[in-house]
Amino acid sequence: MKIFSELKKNLKNDFSPLRSVKIALLGDTSTQLFTQALRGTGFDMDFDFLIWEADFNQVELQVFDPKSALYAFAPEVVVIFHSSHQLLAKYNKLNPAEYDSLAQNRLTLIGDLHNALNNSLNAKIIYYNYTEINDAVFGNGASKIASSFLFQLRKLNYELMHYAMGQDNFYICDISSIQNQLGKATFFQPPLYINAEMVLSIDVLPWVAAQTADLIGSMYGRLKKCLILDLDNTLWGGVIGDDGIGNIQLGNLGIGKAFTAFQHWIKKLKNRGVILAICSKNTEAIAMESFEKHPDMVLSRDDIAIFKINWDNKTDNIRQIQAELNIGFDAMVFLDDNPFERAMVRECIPNITVPELPEDPANYLEYLYTLNLFETISLTNEDTERTKQYQSAAKRNTDQQQYADEDAFLQSLNMVSVIEPFNSFNIPRVAQLSQRSNQFNLRTVRYTETDIKAIADSIDSFSFSFTLADKFGDNGLICAIILKKESIDTLFIDNWFMSCRVLKRGMEHFTLNTIAAFTKAKGFRYLKGQYLQTPKNEIVKHHYRDLGFEQHDGHWILDTQTCIPKKNYVKASS
Amino acid sequence: MDKGEILKTVNDVFIDVLDDENIMLTYETTANDVEEWDSLNHIQLVVAIEKQFGIRFTSWEIQSWNKVGELINTISNKIN
Repeated sequence: MKIFSELKKNLKNDFSPLRSVKIALLGDTSTQLFTQALRGTGFDMDFDFLIWEADFNQVELQVFDPKSALYAFAPEVVVIFHSSHQLLAKYNKLNPAEYDSLAQNRLTLIGDLHNALNNSLNAKIIYYNYTEINDAVFGNGASKIASSFLFQLRKLNYELMHYAMGQDNFYICDISSIQNQLGKATFFQPPLYINAEMVLSIDVLPWVAAQTADLIGSMYGRLKKCLILDLDNTLWGGVIGDDGIGNIQLGNLGIGKAFTAFQHWIKKLKNRGVILAICSKNTEAIAMESFEKHPDMVLSRDDIAIFKINWDNKTDNIRQIQAELNIGFDAMVFLDDNPFERAMVRECIPNITVPELPEDPANYLEYLYTLNLFETISLTNEDTERTKQYQSAAKRNTDQQQYADEDAFLQSLNMVSVIEPFNSFNIPRVAQLSQRSNQFNLRTVRYTETDIKAIADSIDSFSFSFTLADKFGDNGLICAIILKKESIDTLFIDNWFMSCRVLKRGMEHFTLNTIAAFTKAKGFRYLKGQYLQTPKNEIVKHHYRDLGFEQHDGHWILDTQTCIPKKNYVKASS
Repeated sequence: MDKGEILKTVNDVFIDVLDDENIMLTYETTANDVEEWDSLNHIQLVVAIEKQFGIRFTSWEIQSWNKVGELINTISNKIN
């Protein structure tokens, strides 16, 4: 990780080509250096963070005044940093009879702040949790005395998680974990607090900035979706081709423990929706034997979406994995114990993340914990089904090769799609798809769950969500379209986004037919679309042209009276 | 390390933290003489000097310096 002075040097760079995000930062301690660290960190993630910083200790003043500078700035993200030290200062001044209501009072304040922000803004809120301070007044007794500061602080952190669970635009940035990771002596330097009201040390500024930027990144679709793993000395100890299946190190003994624990971590990632792929230089039959027969393997064949076990170079293999999964290299992480392979992959594939695994496998996990590679802001049911979907995609590819022409193949798939307006069941997934789809996304409007709810309730908007299942498996909800009434005869396509997993299956035609028929049935005539170019949505540049829309003043128009339904083999199901 | 050497090392830290090659500190230099030397940068300078010399200043010391010479004296007392 870069140190603070390096981040500060970033501030002189040209931010103009980068994606901008308006961020309001409000703290009850001095946050000027943190602002610099956050902006500098953003640069390295290709973000232009435009940060409006509230004056010192003005959190409540700014949030509760609807006419304040905060609201004039109209941020997309609001970061609130209430420090443990100011909380302790407040506690210190309380009457002892009030000590045990500290956490509850702070939670009430946080809820009030959140409501006030929601009333005037459509922003995401990031709230820092509280780093632990044990004021040592009760010794170990603090843990069973509700009026102790430590008890109240821990209660507050716990209740904050509960609160956040029930809110769709409120996120906790877990700086307490950073302090646990680095130690309080590194995190907090008392003279800085006394002399400059700073609760973050210079050395910890990049850590807190990185954690905050990761959270913001994930709000804008910057997510790691796939983990690519080497085998020998990465998933198990030893070289299976040389040592034989009976002699690789795995299980409960010695160094094998490190690899078993590592595999458990990877399995948990898979269970929460990260796609696993194997990329290893090995003889396939020998390496696969361990997945099938080794009693101490935690990962099974079914946990892995794609195997690339051969003697080709890893760069080529990773490119193939990328092509099969159809996700960006920037969404991939590659773990390999061999520094040569790591260097080569890093050199040839610029956007992929390649952590410098420590030499000793005993240190793998603790090191990976510090990187916060797999940031996420929400989880849906689809996430846990993802590996299965990619496996059936692979089967589908193999199957396709047996059919002479594409039509016959598509027909054989028995594709069925459920069409529904946005409702309480599909809202989280629609919001997630809107955040994640970068390629098949015509206007790249990102919707939050709150936005999606508002669309579902609006009388001037019409929403469509599409699922797709076929004989190989269920892809879940993969497409959404939002139409807005623009005039008496025209519906504007506010956005149209689709998962790239289902490209070339006729869904473009099926979805168009659906909205064209709807337009006619509701008494409108024209559908009006727009393509807004981003660095990632090149594949839909000619989307409207290819579907028969005509260009008109920078927009694309389809006359639903005269257009002919497009051929496809998808059946609608209700 | 004599005070001349300390001054030279401190000068290098200033150049690095304030990102200005033209800084030439003397014992008489004050914060008013160096454009970028504001209260915010002061905190970074203090931390960088602590790291450079492997020392820690007390809060009293941090608030006591009026000119670079006094800072050099404090460092000299701590390392010699």
